[in-house]
Formats: sequence, C-alpha cells, structure tokens
Amino acid sequence: MNAIVATDVAAVQAAVAEGVPLIPVAGGTKTATHPVPEGEVRALDVSGLTGVVDYDPAELTFTARPGTTLAEIDAMLAANGQQLPFDPPRLGEAGTIGGAVAAGLTGPGGFAAGIRDFVVGVRFVDGSGRVAAGGGRVVKNAAGFDLPKLLVGSLGRLGVIVGLSLKVFPRPEATATVRFPAAGLPAGLAALAALARGPIPLSALDLDPDGAVTARIGGSAESIEARTARLARALEPLGAPLEDEAAHWEQACRFAWVEGRARLVVVPTAPRHVVDLDAELERRGAGRRYGLAANVAWVAWPQATSLDELSELLAARGMSGVVLTGPPLPEPLIGAATGGAFGRRIAAALDPAGVFAGGRR
Amino acid sequence: MITSPAIAYGAERYDIDATVKDDRFIAALKGLGLGDRVLASEAQLAPFGSDALTAFHQRPLAVAVVESAAEVEAVVRLCHEAEMPFVARGSGTSLSGGSLPVEGGIVIALNRLNRVLAVDPDARIAVVEPGAINLAVSAAAAPHGLAYAPDPSSQSVCTIGGNLAFNSGGAHCLKHGMTANHVLGLRVVLPDGEAVELGGDSTEHLGPDWTGMFCGCEGLFGIAVEATLRLVAIPESVRTALAVFDSLERAGDAVAAIVGAGLLPVAMEIMDALAIEAAEASVKPEYPQGEALLIVELEGEEEVVEQELLAVEGILRGSGCGEMQTTADPEQRALIWKGRKSAFSAVGWLAPDYIVQDGVVPRTRLGEALREIDRLSAERGIRVANVFHAGDGNLHPLILFDGREEGAVERAEELAADILALCVTLGGSITGEHGVGVEKRDYMKLMFSADDLGLMEDARAAVDPARLANRGKMLTPPQVPV
Repeated sequence: MNAIVATDVAAVQAAVAEGVPLIPVAGGTKTATHPVPEGEVRALDVSGLTGVVDYDPAELTFTARPGTTLAEIDAMLAANGQQLPFDPPRLGEAGTIGGAVAAGLTGPGGFAAGIRDFVVGVRFVDGSGRVAAGGGRVVKNAAGFDLPKLLVGSLGRLGVIVGLSLKVFPRPEATATVRFPAAGLPAGLAALAALARGPIPLSALDLDPDGAVTARIGGSAESIEARTARLARALEPLGAPLEDEAAHWEQACRFAWVEGRARLVVVPTAPRHVVDLDAELERRGAGRRYGLAANVAWVAWPQATSLDELSELLAARGMSGVVLTGPPLPEPLIGAATGGAFGRRIAAALDPAGVFAGGRR
Repeated sequence: MITSPAIAYGAERYDIDATVKDDRFIAALKGLGLGDRVLASEAQLAPFGSDALTAFHQRPLAVAVVESAAEVEAVVRLCHEAEMPFVARGSGTSLSGGSLPVEGGIVIALNRLNRVLAVDPDARIAVVEPGAINLAVSAAAAPHGLAYAPDPSSQSVCTIGGNLAFNSGGAHCLKHGMTANHVLGLRVVLPDGEAVELGGDSTEHLGPDWTGMFCGCEGLFGIAVEATLRLVAIPESVRTALAVFDSLERAGDAVAAIVGAGLLPVAMEIMDALAIEAAEASVKPEYPQGEALLIVELEGEEEVVEQELLAVEGILRGSGCGEMQTTADPEQRALIWKGRKSAFSAVGWLAPDYIVQDGVVPRTRLGEALREIDRLSAERGIRVANVFHAGDGNLHPLILFDGREEGAVERAEELAADILALCVTLGGSITGEHGVGVEKRDYMKLMFSADDLGLMEDARAAVDPARLANRGKMLTPPQVPV
C-alpha cells in the first residue's frame, strides 16, 4: 500500500484518526523497521515535516521537526562550533532527527553519554490523535513524566513524533585516535575497562572481535598531540595514533564494514557478556563490532541465516536487539521483550486501539 | 470507568466504621512479618508527617519499615487489595512535598533497604537498594576510581530511591545531566504489587526507554526496589574558580560568555549578596564579598583543565569581575561547596521562614529573569535571596518571610507563584530538580496543555487505576462524582 504523506501535524492527526494501523517513517534509512509491503500496516511518511524551529547556540539546545535531516542539523551545529554529542548512526544520506530519536541509537562517538541524555523535549501525536508534549526546551527540567525519554527508542510504536528539542555540546577543535593492537578478546575487554575508568576522557571507545581497541579524544589543537601520545602510552602494549582518523570514524558511523546484504542489528550489552556473545555470533558467521566500551554490540547478521536464530540466542541471555537494515520485518525488535507489565500498561494508555502496533495492543 | 470513592481526594475512605477497618489493616500489616516495624502511635508517626517542605503536614495511618524487596511487594499488594493509598519514603528530604503522606494512608519507609549491593568497576556500574544514601554510592565506588555523578545538595542524607523518583539534579548537571541519565536499570514494584524489571546493565537500551519513563514519576508508577546506576571516572584534575561581581547581571553575562567560548565547565553556580551573607553566617566559607559570587568548576585531564582554567580566568576578567580565587585544594574546594550546598538551610539565619523555588529559564534569559525577580521582590517588600545553577538556568530564589506575621505566608506564596509564571513565560520550567510534588501541582497547567496533562493522567491511571501510589503528587486527577 502507498504511504500516507503528512506534511503538517493536522495531517498526522487525521491519519491517526482513521484508525488504520500505521508506522511513521521519514528518511527511510532503517529499512527493517518499516511496514511490510502489502501488509495491513501503512507507512505514515513524515519526511515533509521539516525545519529547525529554534536554535540559539548560547542555549546549547535546538528545536526541530522530525523530518529535518541529520545532515542539515550537523551543518547548522558545525557552523556554530557544536555537534550532536551522541553521534547518531548515519545509515544513509536521508536520515532524519526524528528517525534518530525513534531508533534511540548512540553512535561510536557517544561514549561519554548516549542519546537518552540529550532529548529534552518532545511533541507527538498519540494513538487517539491527541497532540501531547513532554519536557521542554531547557536543559534541566523535572516537571511531569519524562515523555522525551519514553519516545527515545520507541520506533514509532507509541506515537508519531512531530517536534523535538535536543541538548547539544561544543564540538572539539581537534580530535585524535589511538589504536591498541589486538591481543584477543579478553585482553581487549581488560584494555577497555582500564581506559574507561582512566584519567583521559574519551569520546569513542570501540572493540574489535580480535581484541583491537580504538579510542578517540577531542580538545584544543594546541594540546592534542601531547595528549595523543599520553593516551598511546596508557596501556601495554602501547597504542599508535591512527592516520586519517576522521575517515575511520565517519565510516564507523555509516557502518561501512557491514558486508553486502547482511542485516545490521543493534544489541545493547555489557562487558561481561561479550566473550560468550562473540563466540556464538562468530559460530554463525555474523560480523560484529563492540562500541561504547562494550555497552553495545553491532551485529552484521548473514542474510542467509534466519533471524529467529539470533532472536533465540539473545532471548536465552535476556538480551534484546533491533534489526535496522534489510527488508522490512513485521517485528524488528528481537530477543527478550522489554518493559513487562509496566510497558504494556503505558503503551495501552498512549495507543489504546493499537494504531501503532499493527492493530494489536 | 472510575467508580471507587477512594479516588476523590478528601473523601472518606470508608463508608462504614473506619476505625475498625484501620485497626484491621494495621493488624494485617503486622501479619506480613513486620511486627514491631509497623509504627502507628502518635509519637512514632510524628517524624513522618512531613518532609523538607515543612509547610505541609499529614498524619498517616501507619508507617511500614520494610527490610526487603519482598516486604515492599507484600505491603504494596496489601494496600492494593484494601485500596489503601501509600507513599514511599527515604530520608524525607523532598523540597516539593514529594514524600508527604496521604492522610490516613501508609508510609513505606525504605531506609533499611540501604545496601550498595555491587560495584562492577569494569562495567562502571553499581547496583543499589533504594534507601542507599547518594553519597554512599560514590564512597563505595571511590576505591575503583569511580563516582556517582548526580550530587543534589542533600547528598549526604538523601537516598537514591528519592533521587530517581524525582529525577534529582545537583550542581554538576551542566555536564553530567540529571539522575535519570545515570539510571540504567530498575526493579520496580508496580502499584498492584507486581514486580517488573526495566532496562538492564547497559548504557544503551532498546524499545521505549521504560527506565527513563519511570525515573521522575514522583512515585506515581510504584516503588523502585533496586537500581543499576552508571558510574563515571573520578577526574584526574578538578579546579574551582571563585569570582565576585558588582551585579548579578554581570555574573550572568560571564556565564553566557564561558558557554559562548565553547567551554563546558562541570558546574557554574551564582549566589547573590543575601545568599553569601547567609552562607557566611552559618558555615563560614570565607567567600570574597560582593553583590554576586560565581563559582566555576572544571574537571578532566590535568593539562586540559589547566588550559581551560586560563581561558575561564580571562573571560571572568573580561566580564569585569572583582576578586578572583582559584583552587585545586580538596579542602578549600569542599569549603566552597559547603557554603553553596548549605545555602538553603543557611537562610534560616536571615529569616524565620522561607520558600525555596526551583524554576528554570533559558540560560540566555537569566539576566532578564533576575531583574524581574528583583522588581517583584521590591514591589512586594519581600526579601529574596538568589542561589542558582547558572549553567543550566536553574534558579533557586529563596523567598524570606516571617510566618508569625499575618498574611505573610500568603504574600510569600503569591510571589513564588509569580516567579514560576515568569519562568514559564520566558520559555522555561516550573521545576528543574525538586519535582512537582504537592507544592507545584497547581502550576503544571502553566506549562502543559490539557491534552499533555490528560495523557500523563491516562498513563498514570493505566499503571495505577485506583491512584494509590503517592496520590496527590504531580497530577491533579479528574474530579469524579462521589
């Protein structure tokens, strides 16, 4: 079925009011989360709800409509020496801020703090067609339920985001990266732990399955060289500065390493799970990288292998994942369910008829 | 949908012989194995009648002093069955009346559930019980070079359960954010006694951020019985700069200039002359004297902090500051922060009573907000001391009055209301970190539309149809015919 195209909030409300199952889409970069073609659920295209509504660099916040592209926001912030501190994954040129928040993903450069820390306000249309707002435009706010956090990662399954306010941080004048050599996964995890609680604040801290660790710092141009040398000396065996580090992180953020038609799956994890998880994934021929000091596993799941197998593997460990790329899936959330009775009750309050849940709630 | 008369505030909970039912409920509580840990005499109940917002007082029916998560579940289940309202309580430091009991309801005291269950230095997390004292988490993490970042001024006594229920802040939010950002996973007892797990031990999550939604719910969604907290590395270097200015506005401009220069201090605090006077009268931090005092704290890698400090000093001088001091000495820093963090209680030296407000304005409108507060204060003839987290626009005007004077309380409350309205008009919030509680419930409609509030009430009713959990806080439920 064709997508319903909404270019303003009233059109979103009208579409929801029809009661037909819907899933909001915008830039179309996280394809697996889209409605299945020829299925019951229709796409509600909000990519036309664009534009930055408000941005004062001195406030370190901006407000934008959901279809505003990340590219536009990046350029706007960069022109003012700022950036999105959570470095949202860029899975295509068309990626939007609404999609970034709805997916709730922190990219490689968000080691210091992830996306959930930076969404300070939200406006959305809930399942009964009502426009509601939570949070605000200021960076500190304890009034009312934290609806901005609730919508982070909601994948359009609780409502249609129509406005967002985010907190931003200054962009460092210079950046540098140190690569520590591979010595196996357990050694890599030990290196991660040491760096993560060490004296040098890092913006990215990645781990490869062979145990290689890649760490990034930012700061003033004046001191970056000396600090890079200090970081390289922080561990034995010593690390070495990475040439062309900007390109490295740009590719990491685009997931350029995911081969061919493998599906990219994101799995929140913790360091203690990584050795076991990695062995299981390797056995199934999946590519993988660990980001944010092993708080997230990025899995390239082979197209030929059933996703059920990954779902079962995760569920058995109490873990969950979201399939991001590849053909649309009826349910991109795999593995263990989240939220339990609390989640079911909140979802039922916001979307009683199941407009955003394929008519089931 | 709503038929129970128990929902209507102020209505009689029982239609027949309330005393007999109350006695039976207390007996049932004791029967859960709590025995002497059910407090019900006047003397035992007195300390639980109010919290740090002492203007409000209610007499609960009883206090259940629980010692395990299982006991929390059992007590909540019993309350659910009897439609008995309950309020969870830690140290009772809420400044918004968050732990004010419901008259005739139950207080569930969580203070004995105070263990730090685990610290995992490699994953940089701590697992704690809700009654754990905020500072105790950092103390447990310190041997591993780690700390728990949120630092409300009451951190030496307040508990993690209260912090997460009210999404507490502190002076260091500018860089680290509020409590919810530091809570990764929760085990919660819903208002019907069902226990659920939210989030986990990862900094990342999938699906809606249920943990984030629970944080800041002011107890309306139930009681957290275990929390997994994110820890941060203790910085290699911390430098604190103090500068005095001849006006609040100049101090505010200096804050804007620091942010404008691309610097991100971990804290930026301002105190006005009256707040400085109060601090000197109580904990004697020996601040330099002036109309306004700005505290700027930088933390991080030593070399970077030194560089940034030079830049900050330059900006402060350029903004016309008077005397300036900088220190890395832990004892001096502790004294500076002691003066700042005791400011609320210190104003007790200036006036018999005070109301502390917690509004937020956009950082760039701080000067405007302060001028207007000053004008309102002069117009009403009511003294206001200002202490605030300037970096994130979080104001704490302390409205001084003498409750013995006729009409003084009302006049102070009127001024407080005007200040909150001002914050919302300037694009801010009625509360930055103290929460809505009972105190600011009526002001929610300044910030939120009827639909916004309707949705929040729907969410609350879905989780707690009988509205038993911390009834009377944050939301004003729809009036129902009794």
